[in-house]
Amino acid sequence: MANETSSPASMRSALGRVRGLGSARKGTHHWWMARVTSLALLPLTFWFVFSMIGLAGASYVETVLWIARPFNAVLLLALIAATFHHMASGLQVVAEDYVRPDTTQMLVVLAIKGVSILLALACAVAVIRIVAAA
Amino acid sequence: MTGRRSDGTTVRRPLSPHLQVYDMLQMNSALSITHRITGAIWSAGTLLLVWWLVAAATGEESFARVQWFLGSFLGLLVLFGLTAVTWYHTLAGLRHLMWDWGFGFELPTMYATGRAVLIGTAVLTVLTWILALIFWG
Repeated sequence: MANETSSPASMRSALGRVRGLGSARKGTHHWWMARVTSLALLPLTFWFVFSMIGLAGASYVETVLWIARPFNAVLLLALIAATFHHMASGLQVVAEDYVRPDTTQMLVVLAIKGVSILLALACAVAVIRIVAAA
Repeated sequence: MTGRRSDGTTVRRPLSPHLQVYDMLQMNSALSITHRITGAIWSAGTLLLVWWLVAAATGEESFARVQWFLGSFLGLLVLFGLTAVTWYHTLAGLRHLMWDWGFGFELPTMYATGRAVLIGTAVLTVLTWILALIFWG
């Protein structure tokens, strides 16, 4: 269309216009990591749910010893990493879909990431502390 | 919504269809938004995992408090809800992975896999709790 090609010349460079927008971001990597973490979570979630069934009614000492076992500790740390990565990634998409794309959206996404990382670290430190104490 | 063309000029772009546009009695759109809702609920549910692990690392007294809550009526209700949410999001997620792989887009297949997600969620949830009650008892 003629009026588009003859539009007023922008003062901004081509890079400046795309930076932080659309394909200039890491959309494909974000999408891919959501799938990768979901694949990791499939066996981990089944393992976790059925482990929790096994721990139903277990005492404090039994529970702590179960967590401290290297096999369980490793899988728990993997579950924690995959869960909070996947959670932050999913909640970010929800925020990007429903929150107006301005400073509010950026703050909401930053809050999602910050809280997810802190929760993941709290879980991981708890597991490591139990392993160290056992 | 106002957007920008690649040459910097502004353009009015159409909004993506929002929740109100979809017919929630139509199974696939209902399952789609349920996938999102269950993901959000599961995210909130991770707080229980954090509480449980941190309490176990803190000591016997804190751990007894978590166990008391999880064993209470409210706690069991929350856990039961989270079980259903977890299995739904897992099975619906598998359906999404199948689509990502490029399969299952025919309408009859969509309905069949959608029904499989619902039935699978019910079966896995009941199975999980039967096993839990057997181990607990």
